[in-house]
Amino acid sequence: MSVAFAARRRRGVRPGRAVLYVLLLAVAVFYLLPVYVVVVTSLKSFIEVSNSTPWDLPRLPNLDAYAAAFDRLRLAFFNSVLLVVPGTMLSALLGSLNGYVLSKWRFPGSNLVFTLLLFGMFIPYQSVLIPVVTVLQAIGLYGGIPGLVLVHVVYGIPITTLIFRNYYAAVPTELVEAARVDGSSILGIYRHIMLPLSIPAFVVVLIWQFTSIWNEFLFAVTIASDPDQQPITVALQGLAGSLLAQYQIQMAGALLTALPPAIIYVALGRYFIRGLLAGALKG
Amino acid sequence: MATAQRVLAERPRRGRSALFGERAGSVLLLVPSAVLVGIFVYAFIGYTGFVSLTAWRGIVPDYTFVGLEQYRQLLELERFQADLSNTVRFTALFLTASIVLGFGAALLLDQRLRGTILFQNVFLFPLAISFVVTGTVWRWVFNPNYGINLLLERAGLGFLKSDWLTNVDTALYAVVIAAVWQMSGFCMAMFLAGLRSIPEELREAAQVDGATWLQTFRHIILPLLNPILLAAVIILGHISLKIFDLVFVMTFGGPGFATDMPGLHMFIATFRQNLYARGAAIATVLLLMVAVLIVPYLIWQQREERRA
Repeated sequence: MSVAFAARRRRGVRPGRAVLYVLLLAVAVFYLLPVYVVVVTSLKSFIEVSNSTPWDLPRLPNLDAYAAAFDRLRLAFFNSVLLVVPGTMLSALLGSLNGYVLSKWRFPGSNLVFTLLLFGMFIPYQSVLIPVVTVLQAIGLYGGIPGLVLVHVVYGIPITTLIFRNYYAAVPTELVEAARVDGSSILGIYRHIMLPLSIPAFVVVLIWQFTSIWNEFLFAVTIASDPDQQPITVALQGLAGSLLAQYQIQMAGALLTALPPAIIYVALGRYFIRGLLAGALKG
Repeated sequence: MATAQRVLAERPRRGRSALFGERAGSVLLLVPSAVLVGIFVYAFIGYTGFVSLTAWRGIVPDYTFVGLEQYRQLLELERFQADLSNTVRFTALFLTASIVLGFGAALLLDQRLRGTILFQNVFLFPLAISFVVTGTVWRWVFNPNYGINLLLERAGLGFLKSDWLTNVDTALYAVVIAAVWQMSGFCMAMFLAGLRSIPEELREAAQVDGATWLQTFRHIILPLLNPILLAAVIILGHISLKIFDLVFVMTFGGPGFATDMPGLHMFIATFRQNLYARGAAIATVLLLMVAVLIVPYLIWQQREERRA
């Protein structure tokens, strides 16, 4: 199953085209409605947010809500950066090593090992949450970002391994064989042959892990007990609790939280979709 | 000549031992991940299963063995009964709506209209957004005083007005709508990839044979999309069983237990009420529900791959 959205040649004008466009627009309105809500509400003042025309455009658009939201979320925003950068890099590195071994150095039982790794991708994390907390407390990593980095690296291994393994499977085995005959070591082949070929897979994996870790909530709300070490999703949820009627600040905060993955999606959407479909389709 | 023969004779032997060393080395690379996953997935699941058989409540571990007592209590617990029925209703509604909307959108995007890429990006971007953001925004949309009610009134559909998230009868639907907004793009992407992998020649051949558009669709296209439908049901289905963030943010399970889910109940029982053994039992039930869906799928995928 190829995942590429290959373009096909355009057919001639069809009579039903207007109907199709109306349908497409109707679906698009549903998807864009929350975007409209966020943008319009976040540009209003508290007084305007509380009046009876909440769906109207702001009369006096201003960025006060963004200043207030950023002030309250700044710390959490940088906590999330500190979480996402090492979490993403380490799980990508492990995934690429695993994918390399599982595609080019198969051994008896390697398929079983792969399937056992893969299962970890689907489990509800509630089923490991109690021992995760116990163990993190025992090794002194409970309470904040370092513990979350460890958890995201470990539970990121299945999906990163899957993406790299499927990617490396398409690299001709002759390349590996030739290098082996020339006396390259396993790590030498990885560094000099596989790694330079892996850039597209790394892009897919880095984007996928970045988005997943940035957006994650269950581990974050359970492990980050220190209020100064909360990731942004937990802080956004707290913001809504402490500023009940201040919808303009909530919406500005929602936009700040959504911004990094949204920017990545706009810039590199193609790779994001590949990561998205990796678990379901081979390609 | 003799030298050559010796080399030829030696080669396989040297090759074998070198190969053995290499194999061992390659497996070593896998060891850190295998150990981590072995502990953090399998040993931890085992520990959770063990805790579910104890009497542990309160913050200090209590490993008094009580057998299946926690599970027996769960089945009698009104909240857990609500969890199970909510999960079934939520999953049925969420899957149906996501597949219908996703498949419809994929069909529209496969018509090669101008602007397809733009629409495709609009349908997919919610997938990049956190459930926490989605919940925050949709909570406002379902606020009876500000949100969708005012739009319905303006559109002359005032009879559809509701208190949404604070009404026992509508809260679950509101959460479903937000979840569909977030995840239906996934179905769209899968069906679109499927539709575009069907060779144009196949459709043309059917049309040459005199098949109408509808016949081609029913007898050629739909059967070819069956594996995609299965994958979509399994992937979205297991996400739906595990739903946590969205209900946490939108309703925290309320009003009453109208939107409570096993994933949320486990979190509250364990980390808010310190009922560790009960939390572990809920987690184990949740894991079993997901495993029933996922394990056959993983085995099937493995077989497909071996065949290929």
